[in-house]
Amino acid sequence: MNAQANDAALTATSNSPERYYTYGYLDEQTKRMIRRAILKAVAIPGYQVPFGSREMPVPYGWGTGGIQLTAAIIGPDDVYKCIDQGADDTTNAVSIRRFFAKVADVATTEDTAEATIIQSRHRIPEHPLKDGQIMVFQVPQPEPLRGLEPREMETRAMHAYEEYGLQYVSLYENVSAFGRIAATAGYPVMVDERYLMSPSPIPKFDNPKLHNSHALMLFGAGREKRIYAIPPHTTVRSLDFEDYPFETQKWEESCALCAADDSYLDEVVLDDQGQRMFVCSDSHYCSDRRAQGFRGPMAGHELVDIDKGAGQ
Amino acid sequence: MTTALDLSNLRPGFHDPVKEGQAAFRVILDAMSNPGSMKSLSLAAQVPEDVGSAAGAVLLTLADMDTPVWLEPSLAGGELSIWLRFHCNCPLTLDPSAAAFALSKSDAALSDLNQFNLGDAKYPDRATTLILVLPSLTGGETVRLQGPGIETEAKIAPCGLPADFWSVRTEVNSKFQFGIDLMLCAGDEIICLPRTTRTLEQGS
Repeated sequence: MNAQANDAALTATSNSPERYYTYGYLDEQTKRMIRRAILKAVAIPGYQVPFGSREMPVPYGWGTGGIQLTAAIIGPDDVYKCIDQGADDTTNAVSIRRFFAKVADVATTEDTAEATIIQSRHRIPEHPLKDGQIMVFQVPQPEPLRGLEPREMETRAMHAYEEYGLQYVSLYENVSAFGRIAATAGYPVMVDERYLMSPSPIPKFDNPKLHNSHALMLFGAGREKRIYAIPPHTTVRSLDFEDYPFETQKWEESCALCAADDSYLDEVVLDDQGQRMFVCSDSHYCSDRRAQGFRGPMAGHELVDIDKGAGQ
Repeated sequence: MTTALDLSNLRPGFHDPVKEGQAAFRVILDAMSNPGSMKSLSLAAQVPEDVGSAAGAVLLTLADMDTPVWLEPSLAGGELSIWLRFHCNCPLTLDPSAAAFALSKSDAALSDLNQFNLGDAKYPDRATTLILVLPSLTGGETVRLQGPGIETEAKIAPCGLPADFWSVRTEVNSKFQFGIDLMLCAGDEIICLPRTTRTLEQGS
């Protein structure tokens, strides 16, 4: 049984007509509060709007911020996709997708192009996003300066006065210690040349996708109680120096299954003899390419079928 | 002294608050994310005082007991205020600087945008969202827009704004992150202009 059929089986016991939860799980008062925060976040790109984060039926750290954002915006006409580290078929992604299929009666998909709302932790899909789509990010730590300055009142003042010298010092120390800017995920960006923003722990490989994106980007941190946003077509610049320009990760390998050389690759250790393979982190992108006939050096490997066994 | 609201002429709000509120919010979010684009925001019920369904739907969707609403003096205490108190349960304020949402349908409010809450340096999200009810969103003088959410350039031509409105707005929003987020409404149409949207001088 594939993941989608599996979802359908589980949503057959939808709670309608006798609904146990209000539509979208959150009560209307909470939705309005979150909706107002979202609108202010869009109006002030990159600024972290405080909001009254609620207890959710999953622990903090499992995506409560993203789930609350999705619950506040989702409607019956939406098509919902949820990924975890780029994959549609991991436990967290499957659970959250089933949750919204159940409480919001939405169609779910793994197809990036078909989705209207894409909830994600750690990745932006490889397939280019289009106008009208909404990306929802689950954010553990919304404050890019937190590692440098633990006091909230101080970081808030630093944002208010656009005082970001400390961040550049930190990057400079990186260069002096490692000879390059060593940050690989959660790489800080400047939004509309005003607010310093953490792009959530997406790899810096995905940072260029934030710049002038066609899709609206919403970020929610449940434990830290912050919402922020990047509207479509907004300037997003990854911080760097003239002599140490921003660079994304590169691989010498291409995907072992679909031969893609333009996607973000995960390294998978196969045994204790040093065997390994590199595969696309974006599971839908990879399966789509395989369906089109692209074959990598390890095409047909048993790992290809691993998702087909899930749920049986 | 408390007096009972006169509900004898009360008009309905959302038929299904959950579904209609969600649908209306997505239209507003779309409009706010794409400044200058005109969106349709209809409402089955007729909103009192001819403020139109777009402005009515915005308040039904977003206003509640946490958001003081300021109505321009000519609307204060009228049918619209009773409608808002019944459907939104929102406090109505006479102090524009205390308002989370402000609604105006005449020039009166526009001469001094500084009377509204422009936000706090550390909390710019506390600024007032100003809903302007205009006779029409087309047919006026063309204004060119740039900023986040606009790919290259957008054009709007709303009717009924005072001649110096755009220079007043530019002045107020020049001290970003302070500023006023605007929702221009006419009938069932809405255009959102967040504070980051810049107006270009004609011919520049």
